[in-house]
Amino acid sequence: MIKKINNHPKSLRKIPTHYCAGCGHGLAHRLIAEVVDELGIREKVIAIAPVGCAVVAYDYWDFDCSEAAHGRALAVATAIKRVRPDNIVFTYQGDGDLAAIGTNETIHAANRGENLTVIFINNAVYGMTGGQMAPTTLLQQKTATTPKGRDQKLHGYPLKISEILALLPGVKYIERVSLHSPQEITKAKRAIKQAFTNQIEGLGFSLVEVLSSCPTYWGLSPNQALSWMREVMVKEFPLGRIK
Amino acid sequence: MIEKIIIAGSGGQGIMLAGKILAETAMQEGRAVTWLPAYGPEVRGGTSHCMLIISDQEISSPCVDKADTLIIMNGPSVVKFKGRVKNNGLLIINSSLSSANIKSQAKIVKQPFTDMAIALGNIKVANMIALGCYLANKKIVAAKNLSRVIQKIAPEDKKALIKINQEALEKGLKV
Amino acid sequence: MANKKILISGNEAIAEGALAAGCSFYAGYPITPQNEIIAYMASQMPERGGVFVQAESELAAINMVFGASATGARAMTSSSSPGISLKQEGISYLAGAQLPAVIVNIMRAGPGLGNIWPAQSDYFQATRSGGHGDYHCIVLAFASVQEAYDMMQLAFDLADKYRNPVIILGDGLLGQMMEPIVAKRISPIVYRSNKQKKWALTGCKGRKPNIIRSLYMSQDALEKSNFSLQAKYQKIKKSEERYEGWFLDDAKIILVAHGSMARIAKGAVKALRDKGKRIGLIRPITLWPFPAKIFRQLVMENKKLTFLAVEMSFGQMVEDVRLSVNGKVPVKFFGRSGGAVLTAEEIIREVNKLE
Repeated sequence: MIKKINNHPKSLRKIPTHYCAGCGHGLAHRLIAEVVDELGIREKVIAIAPVGCAVVAYDYWDFDCSEAAHGRALAVATAIKRVRPDNIVFTYQGDGDLAAIGTNETIHAANRGENLTVIFINNAVYGMTGGQMAPTTLLQQKTATTPKGRDQKLHGYPLKISEILALLPGVKYIERVSLHSPQEITKAKRAIKQAFTNQIEGLGFSLVEVLSSCPTYWGLSPNQALSWMREVMVKEFPLGRIK
Repeated sequence: MIEKIIIAGSGGQGIMLAGKILAETAMQEGRAVTWLPAYGPEVRGGTSHCMLIISDQEISSPCVDKADTLIIMNGPSVVKFKGRVKNNGLLIINSSLSSANIKSQAKIVKQPFTDMAIALGNIKVANMIALGCYLANKKIVAAKNLSRVIQKIAPEDKKALIKINQEALEKGLKV
Repeated sequence: MANKKILISGNEAIAEGALAAGCSFYAGYPITPQNEIIAYMASQMPERGGVFVQAESELAAINMVFGASATGARAMTSSSSPGISLKQEGISYLAGAQLPAVIVNIMRAGPGLGNIWPAQSDYFQATRSGGHGDYHCIVLAFASVQEAYDMMQLAFDLADKYRNPVIILGDGLLGQMMEPIVAKRISPIVYRSNKQKKWALTGCKGRKPNIIRSLYMSQDALEKSNFSLQAKYQKIKKSEERYEGWFLDDAKIILVAHGSMARIAKGAVKALRDKGKRIGLIRPITLWPFPAKIFRQLVMENKKLTFLAVEMSFGQMVEDVRLSVNGKVPVKFFGRSGGAVLTAEEIIREVNKLE
């Protein structure tokens, strides 16, 4: 007899996914939905979706959502939380959104110590626009705009935005997690829950950087992508509590 | 009636405040008024000026090209503004900070407002002495109303300065 | 404070008028010549129970307004020309997501950094959808400090009524000058309940989740959404044209000017009328929708009219005058730029050249 140990989260709509095979977004969406259910905050949550592959995150989540212009999620979230401090407000942003076009909004929201939760999906590439270099693209990694691989002389280094943010006194909590194995997924969920709990307790700015796979633009199979994360990506972006 | 005024001096001399107090008084006397500051980057030092218009009719432009009364509080402003008074107008000059020998067809009144303010005990009230001097020459508003406005608009932390400003006004009325 | 006159600058009147209209959120970034608005909001907004944020940029400020408006709050930002250029992205999103908001532009001279002196050269940007996409903001122009105060109530009401961004267009002259105004009783902001704003994000308790979006992935869905925007714009055009007319009955020459130029043009009209000249003035109060009806009506009644558009630019509003009269009578233009403010005397000289 098969025992059902996982129910479909109430906060996640039962619709077919539009994400590529092996993409981490679906998993990350689900972890958030599970945490929202477990904390009993579905009716209080307001989510801000990014511009990027997860732009239609609100098609999956079954709670109030707003879109934001590319990079501006934390400006939108700042205002929502300030006007409605009793709601639980989070942003879901990719590496381009949070660490390139939106760096200014990210740093200043963190520095103001806004009581917000940020789920930062780092897959080291721009997915929606066709696999261009992201601020977090690894050295030597080939993308549509680094056809010979990322060269630090031309493109600079992978941006460690989480480490930068950890320097700011307004920041309460930062952890980097990964979705490459069941054990790591469990840790990821725990970190996401911590980031939401911090907000509920009014502790301030909390961010979880989630390393996530993009087999399509890494040019790998879903399985190879997980191996690449485990063997290469986590060396550049070490896992664990940063602050 | 319409009275167009330019008050010019350096940042920190209370040029804007003098204009606002005069405008506020005229408003309380039921007149139409406009007050327009030069809102350039000069905050301390440099030249600073404001334009005000007092009228018993609706005022169209708040800008003053040629003034009925030009009050000049320092030397650099003499150079910059001396041509901005009407031929039959009134030109009031702070002689403490300007020794220029001005030729103008306007009526010229020169008084050492800054020296008089120092004698009173506060260099900053030169602006109120100048306003008093203006009202002594042109009764555009009642001096007692202006004195009341000084009292009314002083913020809590400046209440102690009301008296010396009112004294400065009185002194200006008597020159 | 009821019915008592206060001496206040245009910028302060805008801020006070917004608070009186129930604005409970302001975000902005300093830029001359509108800094009195942000300073006034910084001191007064928290006192009256609202939220003030000094944003890290104009982009952040307009997107904060987007967020606050998404919750149903009456939200505004203010800036001056270069800063308003930066806000255009956010304004496009507000229009696309059909969120109400008030954006104040106290114009200065451009292009580029230009200078801080008054200008009206952002007319095209404001009235022709300054950002990307097929949209319109309602654009209002005030000509006195009292009108600046009163207009804020109208701006928030129109924004809510049509779920549309409203731009207030003034200039450095109007923002900086002080004039007496009569203000309503100054009272704390009553936090407006969102009961009328069923679309607002408040948490999905007891209802289906709300989504604020301007993204419609399929062509059909976006075209449908754009059709509904266009239907809304038609409705606004039909019902919201506003202008002030002066001596239109017997005028042979009609000046057209908005904002500070209108009050200066009024001085010119007064002086010319005193000399027996048959001259009038139209002051558009809504720049979008442009008050085209009065022009069409006047042209129908009198084929010998001449219009003279007077602007602090090299000719922007004049295009709307020309579109309104559709070639039936001559439309002339007179303007200066770069921060130069036209005088009544200059306008009078120009009028005298017309005959």
